[in-house]
Amino acid sequence: MAECDRLETCCGSEACANVHSFQSLGAVDGPGLRYIIFLQGCPYHCPYCHNPDTRVDMGGTVYTVTALADRLERYRPYFSSDGGVTLSGGEPLMQGEFVEAFFRECHARGIHTCLDTAAVEPDDLVCRILADTDCVLCDIKSHDPAVCREVFGVSLESTLRFLAACDAAGCDIVIRHVVVPGMTTKETVRRIVEMTCGFSHLKKIELLPFRKLCVEKYQKLGWSFPFADVEECSQELLNTRKQDLQEVLSDHRLVLSM
Amino acid sequence: MFEQWNGFVPGEWQNEINVRDFIQKNYTPYEGDEAFLAPPTSRTIQLNQKVAALLAEEHARGGVYDIDTETVSSLLTFKPGYVDRENEIIVGLQTDVPLKRAVNPFGGINMTRKACKAYGYQLSDKVEKEFTFRTTHNDGVFRVYNEDIRAARHSGIITGLPDAYGRGRIIGDYRRVALYGMDYLIERKKQDKTAIAANDVLGGEIQMLAELYQQIHFMELLKDMAKEYGFDISKPARDSKEAVQWLYFAYLGAIKEQNGAAMSLGRTMTFLDIYFERDLKNGIYTESQIQEFVDDFVMKLRLARHLRTPEYNELFAGDPMWITEAIGGMGEDGRTLVTKSSFRILHTLYNLNPSSEPNLTVLWSKSLPAAFRRYAAKVSCDTDSIQYENDDLMRPKFGDDYAIACCVSAMRIGKDMQFFGARANLVKLLLLSLNGGRDEKSGIQVAPAGRRFEGDYLDYDTVCELMDEYRPWLAKTYVKAMNMIHYMHDRYAYEKLQMALHDTDVHRFMAFGIAGLSVLADSLSAIKHAKVRVIRDDTGLITDFETVGEFPKYGNDDDRVDLIAVTQVEKFFDALKAIPTYRNAEHTLSILTITSNVVYGKKTGSTPDGRKAGEPFAPGANPMHGRDASGALASLNSVAKLSYDVCKDGISNTFCIIPSALGTDDENRYANLCAIIDGYFGQGAQHINVNVFNREMLIDAAAHPEKYPNLTIRVSGYAVNFHRLSKEQQQEVIARTFHGGM
Repeated sequence: MAECDRLETCCGSEACANVHSFQSLGAVDGPGLRYIIFLQGCPYHCPYCHNPDTRVDMGGTVYTVTALADRLERYRPYFSSDGGVTLSGGEPLMQGEFVEAFFRECHARGIHTCLDTAAVEPDDLVCRILADTDCVLCDIKSHDPAVCREVFGVSLESTLRFLAACDAAGCDIVIRHVVVPGMTTKETVRRIVEMTCGFSHLKKIELLPFRKLCVEKYQKLGWSFPFADVEECSQELLNTRKQDLQEVLSDHRLVLSM
Repeated sequence: MFEQWNGFVPGEWQNEINVRDFIQKNYTPYEGDEAFLAPPTSRTIQLNQKVAALLAEEHARGGVYDIDTETVSSLLTFKPGYVDRENEIIVGLQTDVPLKRAVNPFGGINMTRKACKAYGYQLSDKVEKEFTFRTTHNDGVFRVYNEDIRAARHSGIITGLPDAYGRGRIIGDYRRVALYGMDYLIERKKQDKTAIAANDVLGGEIQMLAELYQQIHFMELLKDMAKEYGFDISKPARDSKEAVQWLYFAYLGAIKEQNGAAMSLGRTMTFLDIYFERDLKNGIYTESQIQEFVDDFVMKLRLARHLRTPEYNELFAGDPMWITEAIGGMGEDGRTLVTKSSFRILHTLYNLNPSSEPNLTVLWSKSLPAAFRRYAAKVSCDTDSIQYENDDLMRPKFGDDYAIACCVSAMRIGKDMQFFGARANLVKLLLLSLNGGRDEKSGIQVAPAGRRFEGDYLDYDTVCELMDEYRPWLAKTYVKAMNMIHYMHDRYAYEKLQMALHDTDVHRFMAFGIAGLSVLADSLSAIKHAKVRVIRDDTGLITDFETVGEFPKYGNDDDRVDLIAVTQVEKFFDALKAIPTYRNAEHTLSILTITSNVVYGKKTGSTPDGRKAGEPFAPGANPMHGRDASGALASLNSVAKLSYDVCKDGISNTFCIIPSALGTDDENRYANLCAIIDGYFGQGAQHINVNVFNREMLIDAAAHPEKYPNLTIRVSGYAVNFHRLSKEQQQEVIARTFHGGM
């Protein structure tokens, strides 16, 4: 993905974000309880996307770094020892300059930072962001570069270089993969482990079930849902893939701490 | 000095009635985990199966197992009853047959008549005749109510008043019976009576003397009641089993004597734990036996019943008793009050299955032992059957030996009592203020005719002024009604036994309440920030509104509206405080509507926030469902702004979440739940009900009750069996916000 695709909005001298929405109680997107900020805009076209309304570049509300950091202060009582803020989207790295400034501000205030991303090619800006990122939740859409490119618009090579940069920066790494019937095989799981097990900061590999709760959002947008005909991931399939994951992890003698 | 006290650390408690001192000198804080807990014995399992079968039969009979229409409930009017005499460890039932309900017309015979009729019975001529010559509390109140009060009551602006039923909300210090035995307690009351009679006796003192006479009389009756079961409770309990039994007899006497709206148990487990520890140390009982005592005790509490009308149950939802037990908390000296028995009582939810009663309430503190916090969170996730209240907030006001009356009202045990007062519907106050004192539904002049809103578009300042004009009328009418009610309740339905288990010189609260806070706040916010056009009927009555534009809504941590809520609560409390109370009770206020938010909504016309006439309010201090745009913590932050200093009678909030949104695995969910409670209470919030369940599960349960026999959910301050809710209430619960995340 080219850098020039990144969105930037500016409010005077301070970096700003175009925000889609907030979720004050995030309990499954990073460690502890997290305040989640969903940023507007995404360059990818994942056919199972759950937040299609964040993909359009238009819409959203502009906030400054300070405004968002002040808002976070209201949730500090809930953060306990491990919680904090998660930037999600959309693709938060589309607004990289904001992310850099925001995470730096969060760290100045002692708030744990987490980035929920499908990764971009790591450049200087990304490296500066990662310096103030405590944890990265990174999607791997498929083990197959061609599927990544053609179905999702994602470069698997970039993703792996991004993860290497995260590892070098010392960010905790959580790999996430959405289990889609017919797409996610045991081979997928095995290859994802092989691609990532070398990262010394890898903490966890999460398998998430493909669900269709987002259909209404597509209807509102007047879009067709590309995976309308794909069946949801059953609990059985999810359990099977989780067992596969355990197997592969133990083959690699990998014990993940998170 | 009683021989039953051997092995206890001596102290002030031996020279005066002072249960707190006994606890502080003798209890053993427990910082460990739940590994020591014992599973149910086969006896417990069998007995519990009998109880379950009785409950199923009660459900099959339409909610009432049986009514004895001939016999008025009191301490000695029924022969002893048993579930399974050979196998019960703790004995005692309200009537001679489990779940059979007695009539108790002292609060009001009309309510009793109606209740009998609703379940296919008729109150016997015998009881009717007896009460021809008796004044009930209800009779007394209606002899003195004036037109203002009647009109306010009829319109529903003041509602749920305890003028036709027992006021409840009084917690006897049932522990005293176990620690001191009845003879000592009776002797102390006699001394109090002698001392008062030695003064220049004036009105108030004469009333106290008359009450003490009744107290002493009923303490004697309690001894006789225990004797019928084969126990002599004139002396202190000598071991664990007796301590549980003595304490239960005291509670049983109270619920035989009173059909009160909420009959809390108090804070008994850390007290009982002292007996348990002594007996465990001396090898008298094993852990398994101790757990049996607790299990058996809880089974008895689950069988407690009062006879009430279906309308009453609609108001209070699900035939509740509110047998509230406060668990844990911290001591003033910094030691935790969590003991092994705090675990044991929560463990009954596993040994006996989840249940709405007793109403288990964890007094939460940031300093509670980590293992207990985790266990409580686990119990919440597994059973939905506990609520949390902020001990760090209440302890500075009430000390470390308070309990919870009903759902959220803290009371120092044996030292405070309260005059329960239901609530005023502040949404109706708003509508009445716009309409010159007329009721927005009926058009009837409820308040004295005054200025009304004249224009087409509501402006905030004028609306606030109009409310300022009518608020004093509402406050005065409300306080007057309460004064009359509690004068008559003291006179005709006095809680003799419960008050006998209080200090004679008791502190009294008068507990007022608010309904509809979130609708009021959002309506005023709409008036301030959007454009609200009034719609009048042909008599000029404003009956509907057209609201155009966005406005901030309570529940999003937005001060622009949250502070409106805060201000309205303070203004109403100030107006109440301006009016003197019966017996100089201390005014307090609660924001607690239980599930009566459905009923209150029905009685209230359309509102400027877009809510249509008849639609339910949000429960308690909760924001309206579906109006929080940024998730559950923002909603909690809004509620946390309400001042507990102003609402010392409690602020209830119900929180629902699906398990998959609370965390990725069990341990993660427990930790996150603890963090939510810490964060909410850290901001000075008082209470949270926690429901961890799936919306799908509730929808399925509404359609197929048989699949979820024990489905317990928490609503505004207490747990209730989902199937005891009306269909309407079930739908309302399902519609209410589920904080599921994205």
